[in-house]
Amino acid sequence: MSLRLIIAVLILANLISAIGVVHARYSHRQRFVELSRHEKARDELNIEFSRLQLEQATWAESNRIDQIARGRLGMKTPEPADIVVVRP
Amino acid sequence: MSWMTSLRDRWQRRNDRRGPTQRGRARFDLRGRLMLVTGALGVCALALVARAVDVQLVRSAFYQQQGDERFLRDVEIPTSRGMITDRNGEPLAVSTPVESIWANPQEVLKSPRRLPGLAAALGIDADQLTRKLTQRSDKEFVYLKRRMNPAEARRILALNIPGVFSQREYRRYYPQGEAIAHVLGFTNIDDSGQEGLELAFDEWLRGTAGMKRVIRDRRGRTVEEVDLVRAAEPGKNLTLTIDRRIQFLAYRELKRALLESGATSGSAVVIDVATGEVLAMANLPSFNPNAVSLGNRDAHRNRAVTDLIEPGSTMKPLTVAAALEAGVITPKTMFNTNPGWMPNGRYRTTDTHNYGVLDTTGVITKSSNVGAAKIVHMLPNAGFYDFLSRFGYGRSTGSGFPGENPGLLPKPARWSGTSKQTMSYGYGLSATPLQIAHAYATLGNGGRAIVPTFVKGEVGEPVQVLDERIAREVVRMMQTVTEPGGTATQAAILGYHVAGKTGTARKASNGGYSRRYFAFFAGLVPVDNPRFSMAVVIDDPDPARGYYGGVVSAPVFKNVMEGALRLMDVPPDDIDTWLAAQATADAKRNRQAGIVPAPVPVALKPAAALPVAPMPAALVEAIDALPAAGGAR
Repeated sequence: MSLRLIIAVLILANLISAIGVVHARYSHRQRFVELSRHEKARDELNIEFSRLQLEQATWAESNRIDQIARGRLGMKTPEPADIVVVRP
Repeated sequence: MSWMTSLRDRWQRRNDRRGPTQRGRARFDLRGRLMLVTGALGVCALALVARAVDVQLVRSAFYQQQGDERFLRDVEIPTSRGMITDRNGEPLAVSTPVESIWANPQEVLKSPRRLPGLAAALGIDADQLTRKLTQRSDKEFVYLKRRMNPAEARRILALNIPGVFSQREYRRYYPQGEAIAHVLGFTNIDDSGQEGLELAFDEWLRGTAGMKRVIRDRRGRTVEEVDLVRAAEPGKNLTLTIDRRIQFLAYRELKRALLESGATSGSAVVIDVATGEVLAMANLPSFNPNAVSLGNRDAHRNRAVTDLIEPGSTMKPLTVAAALEAGVITPKTMFNTNPGWMPNGRYRTTDTHNYGVLDTTGVITKSSNVGAAKIVHMLPNAGFYDFLSRFGYGRSTGSGFPGENPGLLPKPARWSGTSKQTMSYGYGLSATPLQIAHAYATLGNGGRAIVPTFVKGEVGEPVQVLDERIAREVVRMMQTVTEPGGTATQAAILGYHVAGKTGTARKASNGGYSRRYFAFFAGLVPVDNPRFSMAVVIDDPDPARGYYGGVVSAPVFKNVMEGALRLMDVPPDDIDTWLAAQATADAKRNRQAGIVPAPVPVALKPAAALPVAPMPAALVEAIDALPAAGGAR
């Protein structure tokens, strides 16, 4: 009797763990898909960020700024005469 | 009901026929037959079990693998290369994704009608595409076009041609272009560093591509992502010590100097004296790192670390420092440079003019070869060699830049009769511009040598190679070079004391020296507490337009340093001359505006009577200009 009970319990446990394995695998896949999606989103954001940085750096290229400042905005480096020196 | 009747009839007929067979029943052994059938079935079952055991247990790995190979694929996850930024985080090299279109020829060739459309979208000839695919028809992978704009790639994929796929790759962009091309170097099509810091820090910058397992269908489309085998590790970012703004200044001023002097090439190096950080390193001719293949390979060289030049007169402060350290001279020692030349074996050491009797400072101020030669003869050979070696001549600076040249400093045993004397003023040994800037930085740092570095946060340990007092003394002597009477008044910066040394070295050619020159200027600023060390080398200026270091290279130093001092908020150490210059300028402006209607000589007086301690060139010019302005009125 007790042997039967043990076997029954074991079979039940086996069944439960089998279902558990299936469930674990299933949820693993779900999670992995989710992870992949988030990673993709992260990568896209990173890529966007680097693209924007590149764009900013391209706009801020020293030569370009130099030319615009001098040419279009009429800026210049102050002459020594334009600088007021104050004794500290 | 009729079909039931017929069925019954048939059944009855069969029973009728059974009569004779029932009689022979005893002849058949039913048990034996059953055993036979059971046995046969049992053997069959056993064979099935054996086969199952073989497939499932014994050779399961093989079959599993074979099965997986048909739909599971390990796919690489590409990752980007780290970004290179300047010391303030401004991007200097950025990787952005691009798409590469590839095809499986076997698939594509199955639908030949789609080929012309594909070729048109790729912008290549249809016949050429067909040929390319046919030639590789036994392969499963061929690149059609690499590194495309992602939007363009999406358009091609939208054509939905079977067997055409895209793959993400990364392309490197250098927003600063040619101004910093040599320091950064570049990468090849597979994104690995080829030159410069891209090569030196390739391991650091390069990411490790990840790996994921996916299920693919027969046509190669990903159905499901199953597992992550290895996470992708993006490359690490690298922060350089370079300051983008100073770098640009150095590049721009060098370019201007090259245009004005008609020189063929040039280098400029700026080092932060206290830390050994390289703040700028510019070279010309340069190349566009965004289109490397188009440029001239010769322009790829980072001349500031690879090219050897005889440092010429920039060696003199070191000769003097060596002699001061050995105690054979003092700042007050007098040298008779008459008659402006002295013999050196079969040759002569000559000065541009006969400077007569000079003190130690005077030797540097006037850049007297004879004076330097006289000083070096008081030194022992080994002592002089050791001193230069300590300052980094003849050995790599340890900056870690790929292809760095250690320079050439012959050992005393290999000196010819004339070597020592020529070395005292910078001939017979070679150094890179970086080495010169490094040696000067050591002088400016109170005799503490720090390995130059390109990477922020990697500051080397200072090594005391010269007594601090002597280093300060020599720097003060070098200050006279940029003051009136020196060889480089054009390097003077208003408000700051500048220590420097010009150099004009003849280029060696065919075993002799030609009438072509290197124009040098190396200097430190501000003198009181040097912040920057800068070396400028301009190669082969047109002698007709002036070739002296003080004329060609000193203005580059001045313009770059003026900007760098302002950018880095270095307080002026010579505010008095600045105030004086301002007072002069004010007086001039007031006079022009008619506020001071006094006669010209009166207006001039206060300006001339200003405290003119060490008067920089700009002030001299300002005062010189005064009478002219007054006269014009």
